[in-house]
Amino acid sequence: MSAESSPKIVIVDESPIRAAILEEGLREAGFTSVVHISEMQSLLARIYALDPDVIVIDLENPSRDVLEQMFQVSRAVRRPIAMFVDQSDAASIQASVDAGVSAYIVDGLKKERLKPILDLCISRFNAFSKLQDELDRAKSALEDRKVIDRAKGILMKLKGLTEEEAYVLLRSTAMREKKKISEIAQSILTASELLK
Amino acid sequence: MSTPLHIGFIPLVDAAALIVAVDKGFTAAEGLDVTLVREVSWSNVRDKLNIGLFDAAHLLAPVAIASSLGLGHVKVPIVAPFNLGLNGNAITVAPALHAAILAEIDGDPFDPMATALALARVVAKRRKSGAEPLTFGMTFPFSTHNYQLRFWMAAGGVDPDEDVRLVVLPPPYMVDSLRNGHVDAFCVGAPWNSIAVDFGIGRILHFVSDILVSAVEKVLAVRQDWSEKNPDVVAALVRAHIRAAEFIEQPQNRAEAARILGQPERIGVDPEVIQRTLDGRLKIASDGTMRESGRYLLVGREGAARPDPAQAAWLYAQMVRWGQTALRPDALRTAMGVFRPDLYDIASGHQGKASEASDAIGAFAGPAFNPEDIAGHLAAFRIGRWKP
Repeated sequence: MSAESSPKIVIVDESPIRAAILEEGLREAGFTSVVHISEMQSLLARIYALDPDVIVIDLENPSRDVLEQMFQVSRAVRRPIAMFVDQSDAASIQASVDAGVSAYIVDGLKKERLKPILDLCISRFNAFSKLQDELDRAKSALEDRKVIDRAKGILMKLKGLTEEEAYVLLRSTAMREKKKISEIAQSILTASELLK
Repeated sequence: MSTPLHIGFIPLVDAAALIVAVDKGFTAAEGLDVTLVREVSWSNVRDKLNIGLFDAAHLLAPVAIASSLGLGHVKVPIVAPFNLGLNGNAITVAPALHAAILAEIDGDPFDPMATALALARVVAKRRKSGAEPLTFGMTFPFSTHNYQLRFWMAAGGVDPDEDVRLVVLPPPYMVDSLRNGHVDAFCVGAPWNSIAVDFGIGRILHFVSDILVSAVEKVLAVRQDWSEKNPDVVAALVRAHIRAAEFIEQPQNRAEAARILGQPERIGVDPEVIQRTLDGRLKIASDGTMRESGRYLLVGREGAARPDPAQAAWLYAQMVRWGQTALRPDALRTAMGVFRPDLYDIASGHQGKASEASDAIGAFAGPAFNPEDIAGHLAAFRIGRWKP
């Protein structure tokens, strides 16, 4: 690898969305040589064939242990790699573990060149987790909506209420019992199921 | 007020004492509020313990030593006040390799010297015919599995770095890799050997206790600085583990222990498979052949839970033999200092004693192990990366 060319980065991640987000970020930052591996079979053979300078892997991936083998000097290993660890830089280890990503540096690449890559990975991983949380929240809000609608339907039918009256009843009950409207709605659904 | 603790583990049967200590309420009874965190890789367990996300962890004994020596990773001193188990691994081979070994064997297939010599003949024949070298799966570069496989095959004349391929595989991938021919054999802990047998794709060739009578496997690991700041918490944690190990070793409790361990958020496999392991009564072939051993996995009985520095010295000697580190007297002392029988004794409230056997390991080949003379010990082995 020449010192000036863009280092070759391999992303090992079974999540295609997260890998795409990461790849996009790296390209935007000027790292043009990025390859994504999503298939864990024969991982080492694929890495050797690609011969990267940097390997990025998510921490939910059991194959992290496979990469550790590349630290060993043996016949099976052609270019030794090391995890990006700097005894003095505990903060960056902490940040990467918190974000759920870890980076390995292959023999020859200077540490200073890895730092911006790792920082970018950390911020993109955090962005992905935030996106995932928002998605989960949106999903659960949608679920809550459905439960509330069904509870309203039951109240309208059993008590002859309009939709608005049913909603007011749910809301006032929730306030009185210091619960969420969706919790009261769920208990109505459960009760109606039991009393069927 | 109870002390909150986060403890990491990998879903394996040798986490039994830890999981039972928490789920049977033994840690709560000691005033500890433990959250168990299931992890997917030893690298994660090591890193999260190192940076303090975990207070303690179920850890491969050699990783605790490697971390204390700064091998392969950042140097973080670790101590082990409790052995989670002795033995518990097995070597499983694909049917084709099993048949090839039996065709070459001179002696009893339970005799590791006979199988190792047969393996050497299989390897030689394959080389002659131009076949690919055999591939063996193990769990981590600094693992008992790595050293046990190497010790066994090298005794028969097979050089693990030259004559075969040794590859790291995460335990949950072992069975699939054997099925699709990615590996010809593997060494792993329970329940994975039994699962390969139940699927009809592997045969258990050896219990590790055939190779080494007593081999420390996983330890309860804590950071040294943390243990010094929290001596009472360490003692309470170890006491809860001693109770759990005693519970598990009572045969009438095994079914309950297996049920606790089998839960989806713990090991997540059929309790019946787990109980076979705890009982040391394993199906070794898909035709239903059973094998029983009182030494398959020891969770606390026969003093198994008390850390023995001679075991740490043996693991360090393997790291030296296979070129992972150089032989240095100070490194040997550091390695032995990871295993802390004194912390175990403080917790148990009585002075324990070290194994009386002259050799704590009981290997099937080579001279008796003497921690005082590792160079002399290693000189007795022809194959290895270490040169005096």
